[in-house]
Amino acid sequence: MSQATVKRDHPWLMRTYSGHSSARASNELYRTNLSRGQTGLSVAFDLPTQTGYDSDHPLARGEVGKVGVPINHIGDMEALFDQIPLGQMNTSMTINATAPWLLALYIAVAERQGVDPAALQGTTQNDVLKEFLSRGTYIFPPQPSVRLTTDLITYTVQHIPKWNPTNICSYHLQEAGATPTQELAFALSTATAILDAVRDSGQIPAERFPAVVGRISFFVNAGIRFVEETCKLRAFGRMWDTLARERYGVSDPKQRLFRYGVQVNSLGLTESQPENNVQRIVLEMLAVTLSKNARARAIQLPAWNEALGLPRPWDQQWALRMQQVLALETDLLEYGDVLDGSPVIEAKVQELIDGALAEIAQVDAHGGMVACIDNGYVKRELVQSHTRRMRNIESGELQIVGVNCYQESAESPLTAGEESGIMKVDERAEREQIASLQAFRAQRDSTKVAQALQQLRSAAAGGSNIMPPSIECARAGVTTGEWSAVLREVFGEYRAPTGIDIAPLNLAGSDALEQVRARVRCTGEELGRPLRLLIGKPGLDGHSNGAEQIAVKGRDAGFEIVYEGIRLTPAQIARAAQEEGVHLIGLSVLSGSHLELVEDILSEMKTAGIADIPLVIGGIIPAEDARRLQAQGLKAVFTPKDIDMNVIMDTMVTIIRAANGLDPAA
Amino acid sequence: MNLPEANAAAELAAAIASGDRAAIAGALNLLDDRRPDARAKATALLAHLQRAQDHATGQLIGITGPPGAGKSTLSAALIRVWRQRGLRVAVLAVDPSSPISGGALLGDRVRMQTSADDDGVFVRSLSNRGQFGGLSAEVWPMSIVLLAGFDIVLIETVGVGQREVDIARLCDTTCYVAQPGSGDSVQFLKAGILEVPHILVVNKDDMGAVARRTLAELGAALTRTHPDGHWQVPVLATSAASGTGVEALADVMQQHYELLRSQQQLAARRRRYQSYWLHKRLQDEFGSFGIERLGGEKALLAELEAQDMNLFEQYAALRQRLCSAPSATGK
Repeated sequence: MSQATVKRDHPWLMRTYSGHSSARASNELYRTNLSRGQTGLSVAFDLPTQTGYDSDHPLARGEVGKVGVPINHIGDMEALFDQIPLGQMNTSMTINATAPWLLALYIAVAERQGVDPAALQGTTQNDVLKEFLSRGTYIFPPQPSVRLTTDLITYTVQHIPKWNPTNICSYHLQEAGATPTQELAFALSTATAILDAVRDSGQIPAERFPAVVGRISFFVNAGIRFVEETCKLRAFGRMWDTLARERYGVSDPKQRLFRYGVQVNSLGLTESQPENNVQRIVLEMLAVTLSKNARARAIQLPAWNEALGLPRPWDQQWALRMQQVLALETDLLEYGDVLDGSPVIEAKVQELIDGALAEIAQVDAHGGMVACIDNGYVKRELVQSHTRRMRNIESGELQIVGVNCYQESAESPLTAGEESGIMKVDERAEREQIASLQAFRAQRDSTKVAQALQQLRSAAAGGSNIMPPSIECARAGVTTGEWSAVLREVFGEYRAPTGIDIAPLNLAGSDALEQVRARVRCTGEELGRPLRLLIGKPGLDGHSNGAEQIAVKGRDAGFEIVYEGIRLTPAQIARAAQEEGVHLIGLSVLSGSHLELVEDILSEMKTAGIADIPLVIGGIIPAEDARRLQAQGLKAVFTPKDIDMNVIMDTMVTIIRAANGLDPAA
Repeated sequence: MNLPEANAAAELAAAIASGDRAAIAGALNLLDDRRPDARAKATALLAHLQRAQDHATGQLIGITGPPGAGKSTLSAALIRVWRQRGLRVAVLAVDPSSPISGGALLGDRVRMQTSADDDGVFVRSLSNRGQFGGLSAEVWPMSIVLLAGFDIVLIETVGVGQREVDIARLCDTTCYVAQPGSGDSVQFLKAGILEVPHILVVNKDDMGAVARRTLAELGAALTRTHPDGHWQVPVLATSAASGTGVEALADVMQQHYELLRSQQQLAARRRRYQSYWLHKRLQDEFGSFGIERLGGEKALLAELEAQDMNLFEQYAALRQRLCSAPSATGK
């Protein structure tokens, strides 16, 4: 067969998850990425936007423009898509609790561009249930959260037919430690919870319901065990088809297709020898492209240096090029499904399906997915799986090259340069954003704003669809913080179960753990009382895996652990440390706002008169920042490189001993 | 007790009474500290506090019940009501510890705080330190410190039907939160395993029929008059989520407290309970052997209850007796 006659499949949508500093800076980045061959946009919002705060809210300090773009109002959204015609763009927005609001802004900007909203294409992630389990950008309790999710779905199905209103995410479940079976089970349970809610809302006539099922898409993870991951995607397709047919009576096979996008695994990316992440990412991409019948519709790849800090545009370009090489240079797209008929693959797929069905039955037995979030069942299961994974890394049962084997390495030229191989967000970005927000507020029509917010409040309290008044708010110049504040008043706020109350996995304990236990116990006796540790998760960052694992490990090592979950203010942390009489405070920060948050916490500790309690931090912290933090008095900085948690526990004991005048070496 | 030590204790006691958070936190650390010099300082402080304290100020309230009954959310709702009524509240939240590592996960303080800058709420978490279903020996002295600085001291602990005796013998008012739909509480009550609380609550009344049935069963299982006498045990329904019934619960707690005061029972009860805890503390520190040295449990309790001496001075004296007694080997 000659090259010319081969009919190649269309490649998937290629995106890069990006956004930073300001709408204008992000817009420039998007236009550059599009000019380099990116075929869709994937917008990363900063944490204040995701959790419903304006850039000048006290909780937003240090977070503005860090992990994504700050969007406060229609002016920001307009700047973000300047010279990007929304009628032709396919835009994915990673937005959940505030998804109706960001979609409302998108619609309002389309109107200003003269584009009929009905023609818009793209995706709102809009899966709040997984935010309670991982990632943590939820705001409201589970019930009203589900209601907002279903309002967005019913609105777009009726008014923006090509929009993917929700991307049910198994992605973040894997990041939180889920096994492939758990990923399948929890994602499908989430999908049925949402679809049941849409059906029961009565907003969609029964004959249109199959169209709703057909609009549900998924956002999936792909880990390094790529054969199993391929099988997981095949299992997903089969289970979804069955579910759509049997549970919801969908007869059109097209509406039963398992449509999914992918971001490959970040959990397995390492800080040590980070160049190895490139081959990890490529292999993981293979898992979601290899099998034509289970191929991803859209792919975004992380950058090789994600575990070091924020990626630069060049790092993102590299990630895009990986996709292009696979799609354009290899012969992958020339064949039908290359795995069909393999008995090995078939057996593995069946094994995953059987396991997932059993796990789904467990979720049902615990009251369904929404109840399982409130009662903590699913979160505990995830924490347990992650704890198992960490134990296997510690024991060497799970090998990670450059981390627990083959650690020796020549110095990497990639991380050597002046910028240490990562992106620095301009420190002026936050100030400029706040100034522009305040200018925007000053020039708008406050009567219109008040009226729009009043309509929003009535819809929220009265139960009518939230989208029309939200779009009205967007047009009137309401801000993200104002929109969210109204809903906070009506629905209340929520704290999700932390899931750390799991039974100890390793009762007997390895030698290393036993040694740490003995040291914890002896030091406690020398200091007159058991060692107490406060684990604080300050700021808006909801990535709590690290904090949870340290809490569980600390308990198993014999510490008394005070851990209260995510989104604590520096004042709350200092107060808790004082009231609880802890011997050490451990902070976890992954959003890049560690410098600001530590500064605030140190000052709160000083005010409370507890500046003598040693403070340590863990997170994605570049070496230069680590040196700055240590100069400010932090006793230790742990990064993803510090994989052995027994060593972390031991270091904390040493720090406590030193701080209390005991021999640190003993 | 030497003079500088007594002065330090007096100073600390005054700071606690003025609501100084650092002083209160420091005192709790001191009471937790098992080193001999800390024990001596703690004893001096407690003796001072008890002397300074009007026996009938502050209310010590215990909330217990099975896991998952909604104790923490109910406590949080009560704290909001008390704060609205202008009362200062301290909480001792007791969680279980791991029998293997001794470690513990302590939680729920954030739920109970109305805000980080409200100085009228103070939360201390405690592990039960191996006292399963019960309270560790530190709880009692800590409650005395907190009573000196707050209007209400709430002790929250998981009770599984067997060891509530600890909390019932510590608090002025005990409240049992039953799990709707679970027959355990009813069974425990009928079998006499459950120490009769002063107030029974079924939380989560939004669960509807199940909660109503539990409510009815509990009502039927109770003799209704508390063994303490003069108190009809109320059975209340609350919903911490919606706030329903929480004001009424706070009212009933207040009524019980007033009853104790009007009958002059409060001081006598505290004396009796405190004797029990003193005994527990001595047992904790010196073991059964030490208790035998002091004449055995029965005689010791009788001695403690009968004397009008400051309990902590008495405690100091008893410690002194044990520490200076010739050892059994007669060296």
